[in-house]
Amino acid sequence: MGKTGNTLTPKERMSIPRAEMPEQDPSARAANFEEVPLGLTPEQAMSEALRCLNCRKKPCVSGCPVGVQIPEFIALVSEGKFVEAARLIKETNVLPAVTGRVCPQETQCEGDCTLFKRYGGVSIGALERFVADYERNNNLVEIPPKPKSTGKKVAIIGSGPSGLTVAGDLILLGHEVTVFEALHEAGGVLVYGIPEFRLPKEIVRAEVDYLVQQGVRFELNVVVGMTIGMDEILEAHDAVYIGVGAGLPWFMRIEGEELNGVFSANEYLTRSNLMKGYLFPEYDSPLPPGKHVCVVGGGNVAMDSARTAKRLGAEVTIVYRRAREQLPARAAEVHHADEEDIVFQLLTNPVKIFGKDGKVIGMECIRMELGEPDDSGRRRPIPIEGSNFEIACDQVVISIGAGANPLLTKTVPELKLNKWGYIEVDDNNRTSMPKVWAGGDIVTGSATVIEAMGAGRIAAKSMHAHLLGLPQPGSEEEREESD
Amino acid sequence: MTGKVVANEQVVPNVYRLVLEAPKVARRAKAGQFVIVIPDPHGERVPFTLSDWDAEKGTITIFYQEAGVSTMKLTRIRAGESVYVVVGPLGRPTKIENHGTVLLGGGCYGLGGIYPLVRAFKAAGNRVIVMFEARTSYLIYNEEKICEVADELIIVTADGSRGVKGHVAEGLKTLTDNNEKIDHAHFVGCTFMMMLSAEATKPHGIPTTVSLNTLMVDGTGMCGVCRVEVGGITKFACVDGPDFDGHQVNWDMVFARKGAYFAEENMAYQFYRCGMERALTKTDKVGRSEVT
Repeated sequence: MGKTGNTLTPKERMSIPRAEMPEQDPSARAANFEEVPLGLTPEQAMSEALRCLNCRKKPCVSGCPVGVQIPEFIALVSEGKFVEAARLIKETNVLPAVTGRVCPQETQCEGDCTLFKRYGGVSIGALERFVADYERNNNLVEIPPKPKSTGKKVAIIGSGPSGLTVAGDLILLGHEVTVFEALHEAGGVLVYGIPEFRLPKEIVRAEVDYLVQQGVRFELNVVVGMTIGMDEILEAHDAVYIGVGAGLPWFMRIEGEELNGVFSANEYLTRSNLMKGYLFPEYDSPLPPGKHVCVVGGGNVAMDSARTAKRLGAEVTIVYRRAREQLPARAAEVHHADEEDIVFQLLTNPVKIFGKDGKVIGMECIRMELGEPDDSGRRRPIPIEGSNFEIACDQVVISIGAGANPLLTKTVPELKLNKWGYIEVDDNNRTSMPKVWAGGDIVTGSATVIEAMGAGRIAAKSMHAHLLGLPQPGSEEEREESD
Repeated sequence: MTGKVVANEQVVPNVYRLVLEAPKVARRAKAGQFVIVIPDPHGERVPFTLSDWDAEKGTITIFYQEAGVSTMKLTRIRAGESVYVVVGPLGRPTKIENHGTVLLGGGCYGLGGIYPLVRAFKAAGNRVIVMFEARTSYLIYNEEKICEVADELIIVTADGSRGVKGHVAEGLKTLTDNNEKIDHAHFVGCTFMMMLSAEATKPHGIPTTVSLNTLMVDGTGMCGVCRVEVGGITKFACVDGPDFDGHQVNWDMVFARKGAYFAEENMAYQFYRCGMERALTKTDKVGRSEVT
């Protein structure tokens, strides 16, 4: 390719084929926990970057919950300035190696890309992942110079994606940041929920380590509300961010859910990911491989559970009550599950789980059809009478979502919650309590990593303004000042 | 340092007393709560009833029996060394009220585990009768400590080698035969003991609390492995409990779910023991070759 990024015409750019990221072969990967997509080569990344038309409107950026400077970083990639690109991303996104892997790009940046419909969007996620990996793998990660201290103290409760974002943003602004985590590893859903084959834990550790090197303190094994009171946290800090996630698994309330072999997806994935159950007995927490595992639900967590079960050696069936088009999971995850020979029983709902000697032996299901749209705008699934049938299985993983875990919120009656127990916040993610912000799943209910990070960014800006006595973002005073 | 072992000693055959540095736990612990301990970085998250704590010294005490790989690992950690993780206090504290006369029954680890309840119920103005249940006399421990606080200690042994012969039911009979009016009962011990004890108090109409000891992973309500059925409603022992109405608990379900990983637990135990033996044999060989 003789021409440089600056001299290509749009037509030439569009004629470049979209880069295909190499992946582990489906038959091989279904038996290991190593990462499935292998990442782009530098040549692939530079070629892919040339596809970007550098549109003036930047629809990709508006599609990004944290507003990554997408065309700018892609231009740097096209010039081979990978490290510079990584650093530019990090100005708005503290976890590029993570989001490059787990974001639903097809409904965000890539879905909004001008090229999306006719040529396939620029592989923004793959490029983001590439530069972040390039920087980390070549030991080129640089710790930003320590900013001048503001002397203000911030507590962040929960070390998931939103908490890490707040930590990353506020440490750069000179505040003293402490993150409290209930579990024994930092990362929240990134370590207990998302499997190794989708997000290697080494990457999460590197991202956390990056924050530690900048001066963020992590206090692991501290359950706020139990180990330490919210009142104590408030007393010792100038601002507090609550990002504790949803974390209360829903069950279906059908017969047989108490049987051994029935797991919440949270339990199943936590055993596998955080506790390393897939390495049992090298690690002590068991996760016995099923022969035939039924996973109930159609979201990313269901796909993660199904693909974990597959890797442990099971035949896997996903049971989902709506049709394929309504599967809430990312297209890429569904595609990977398909490739790994996971069976989809769509328009199907469990009715009862059968057991023998306290253990699961099968599940009775009923076929569904789609009726009129419900409150969520999705067509309501309706059971087809008399269509019941049985699936023989020895494990059932229930992955139908999670509610608000009240462990912390019940200890803080002043904190205003909505009727589902989620924390109420304003446009700046401020709660009903002074100097307390919240974001992520404990505000919105189950959502994505990047949405949680987006909430963290908004909160961080507002917290910073509060800490320095500046007008709140979006407030009239702020508008007056900027005029 | 949090997790540092202050003492770890066998008090009677297969019951160990473990004192850990855990200042944050000790500071906020209340009767009826538990901690989760991970013995080493490959270990499980295992819940243990808090048996005592000292906020000033920043230490907590738990009693445990060697029953699998995790507790086997614990027995091998010496004073001065550390467990990987200790987190807590977890669970709802026991509701402490002045009921009048309270019967507090302990079995196995519960002989130690019952102590904070004795102290708390006594402080709330109750007359406190403690009942220790053991297979035989030499398995009784923690007696002196209980006697410092309790109004009465009744010892029950299955073989009759000390005190009343039988189980909690027989011990309870000696009380009711004496027209002792018991207003509330609470049992801490192995599941079987708690179930039988709750059965024994039922005909007497004594409101009875049991502290369930289910399997747990996170211990914060996130995974649901600890689910139990109480009065027909599913509860999570870690956040809704561990205390529940002993007359409402679905015991069959508790037993079934406790046995979920029996095969794996056995395997992990054997696997770990073999590893230990291999390691020991290696040292032996090296030792011998050096001598010759």
